[in-house]
Amino acid sequence: MKAHASRLIAARLGLALLTLLIVSAVVFGITGLLPGDAAQQALGQAATPEAVTALRHQFGLDQPALQRYFEWLYLVVSGNFGTSLSNSLPVSQLIATRLPNSLMLAGLTALVSVPVALFIGISSAMFRGSLLDRVLNVLTLSTVAVPEFLIATIAVLVFAVKLRWLPALSYLSEVSSFGGLLRIYAMPVMTLCCVLVAQMARMTRAAVLDQLNASYVEMAILKGASPMRVVLRHVLPNTIGPIANAVALSLSYLFGGVVIVESIFNYPGLASLMVDAVTNRDMPLVQGCVMVFCAAYLLLVLIADLAQIVSNPRLRQR
Amino acid sequence: MNKQNLQHADAPAGTEVTELERLTRRGASRREVLRALAAAGMASITGAGLLTASGAAFAQEKPKQGGKIRVATQSASAADTLDPAKGALGTDYVRAFMVYSGLTELDSHLGAKMALAESLETKDATVWIVKLRSGVQFHDGKSLTPADVIYSLLRHKDPATASKAKTLADQIKDAKATGPNEVTITLEGANADLPVILATSHFLIIKDGTTDFKTAIGTGPFKIKDFSPGVRTVGVKNEKYWKPGLPHLDEVELIGIGDESARVNALLSGDVQLINAISPRSTGRIKGTPGFTVLETKTGQYTDLIVRDDGGISGNDDFRRGMFYLMDREQIRRAVFQGFGTIANDQPIDPTNKYYMPGIPQRPYDPDKAKFYFQKAKVGNTPVQIFASPAADGSVEMAVLLQQAAPAAGLNLQVTRVPADGYWSNHWMKHPLGFGNINARPSADVLFTQFFKSDAPWNEANWKSPKFDQMLLAARGEPDDAKRKQIYGDMQVLVHESGGVGIPMFQSSIDGYTTKLKGLGSIPLAGLMGFMFAEHVWLES
Repeated sequence: MKAHASRLIAARLGLALLTLLIVSAVVFGITGLLPGDAAQQALGQAATPEAVTALRHQFGLDQPALQRYFEWLYLVVSGNFGTSLSNSLPVSQLIATRLPNSLMLAGLTALVSVPVALFIGISSAMFRGSLLDRVLNVLTLSTVAVPEFLIATIAVLVFAVKLRWLPALSYLSEVSSFGGLLRIYAMPVMTLCCVLVAQMARMTRAAVLDQLNASYVEMAILKGASPMRVVLRHVLPNTIGPIANAVALSLSYLFGGVVIVESIFNYPGLASLMVDAVTNRDMPLVQGCVMVFCAAYLLLVLIADLAQIVSNPRLRQR
Repeated sequence: MNKQNLQHADAPAGTEVTELERLTRRGASRREVLRALAAAGMASITGAGLLTASGAAFAQEKPKQGGKIRVATQSASAADTLDPAKGALGTDYVRAFMVYSGLTELDSHLGAKMALAESLETKDATVWIVKLRSGVQFHDGKSLTPADVIYSLLRHKDPATASKAKTLADQIKDAKATGPNEVTITLEGANADLPVILATSHFLIIKDGTTDFKTAIGTGPFKIKDFSPGVRTVGVKNEKYWKPGLPHLDEVELIGIGDESARVNALLSGDVQLINAISPRSTGRIKGTPGFTVLETKTGQYTDLIVRDDGGISGNDDFRRGMFYLMDREQIRRAVFQGFGTIANDQPIDPTNKYYMPGIPQRPYDPDKAKFYFQKAKVGNTPVQIFASPAADGSVEMAVLLQQAAPAAGLNLQVTRVPADGYWSNHWMKHPLGFGNINARPSADVLFTQFFKSDAPWNEANWKSPKFDQMLLAARGEPDDAKRKQIYGDMQVLVHESGGVGIPMFQSSIDGYTTKLKGLGSIPLAGLMGFMFAEHVWLES
């Protein structure tokens, strides 16, 4: 198993590097197609042709695109993500200040949403067709159908403005106690859970149902195992693969896709950094963020696949 | 006590009245009453330089020292900067005014008063002698010297600085130290507005040789404690600030919340104490919540209809007149800006400006007249495209209003809506019909020079008038203020009558704040007291 897993990891890492390379080239190309460049954005309305030329030269934007790409690539290979064009700070420093925030939000959201989703998915599968199943279905579907900015704004209106239980802004500098942490993260995490739980719960339900129809389940029931034992002991281990994949895909969204939540709660995460970077046409920063998102995504999928292998004796034995 | 205070009988002014009533009731002597009146009047006068009507009413309260506030502005991004030359957005200007001071600063009528300069003297408006205030220290203890001033001014001329004020700074020919505390600035040509230009945030004074802006060492009221671009800026009180008794607050934290409703929510939930750039739609909600209120600052900011001369019909004078008669200014003010703002008259100087010329007949909404002019210009039925974008505040709504009015004038107008992203580099001044959004400028000269002079890079309508250029230069070098005002008045008439941009109205900037925050006034450059609120406000316990 070890050999298999390490072979898989090695192959995946190799592929991941290739993917990152392709993604960086594509992103570079597409950002280049955007109207305007960093010099024009930085000068805004003050962009006289003379000033733009000078700033372009300072940023090195007057070099051919291919040359700029390979220069960037060369820097990255030597471990340097370059300097942000919009504020002259190192890209790695900018990302380093935001990444922990994004990880924290993603981690807490995962901590809440995954158990809830599993619980909902498994129970609605166990009682398929029942009232409970239908109620859970409608609930999760309606939360995923409501746009997150609406959920977030209503939550702020109710809990922060009217009731004043929770702060409207998520501040990281002031977390000093567990209670403070809860207060600050309650609303963003809740909003994100609304989006994520439904997807994961439905995938779980489908995976569990799929297994419940299998003959080994019938066997277990015939042997007199309780429904609880059937699901937890027999079905669940066989559904880890698909569930892990569903969870991984959902969680990867937590890195780059949470712009709305970040802006409503003024949460300084990576997604808003990247949006700023795109607006400012700040190529090194865009590339840096994309690399982080892409790497996180690949890592999550790799973990999901490993979980699948570990949970499946047939794959494990090979 | 002045009349204005009695008219605006808000709470503190009310207390003045009660004090008077109390004195009169118990039969106070005439002398006592006079003394009370004089005291109130004095307070108003000392306040007046600093604050406007509402501020003056507050001025008699004794400011409380200490406390911290959090302020949310509409813009924060990874492009936030501590370099005054690069400041592009409100947050940058606020940050700059927290950390740095200028040679001069703006008062409530956009006049200049002395700050780091003790005096600014000139005979011909070309050579200026700046006497520096002595004993001013930077945050790190270094004393302010002429070298700092010279460096701060001349660096704008270097294209590598990427200064937003390069065009203004190019007027400065040279700056030299001519004494231990004296700098002589020589301009390329006469400009009587130099003191006002030096009061803008781009020309704030930094330390000689500064190239690294990861943190900021200035002479301003607050020292930088934490600066993370796009997240927050924390300033702590500079105990050695050169203005005695200021600032009042111990700490100001500056954050950006891009989403307007999130910003309002943050205020109403008590997370922040002051916000800017409120949509007129939210004012009712804020005023309806006990403990919160709004402050409207009338500014010279405008969104204008650009009828750009690019060789086609849009260069035709009659066509331009027709377009301007098609603007329903009242409706724009009412429907697009909820009644906030001042109706304008197709010339860029707003009524708060000391050079504003009243009495130019207002151009009304008149589709019939527009029709007349369109026929005269032989527009015919060819579709005319107008470009609008959310980047130019309110322009999409204005374009739609124009489109609705157009058939009555026999014009076939089609609106093309383009995204805000990249608008300024790709659409602004690139189409025969489009919109611009011009922030208030500190002086009439800057505004006319940047946007109306024949060879100005941002001459939006490509409008060329040698007569106008001549008057501009004459006014710039005119040391006599009354004569200057006369010339500026004639220029306003000229732009109104023959200019290529339609200016429907001047916009207001609306701030929201908790009523515990005192001392907030308005400087008509922009909201947040022209970005200079930090040193003036205090927090009532």
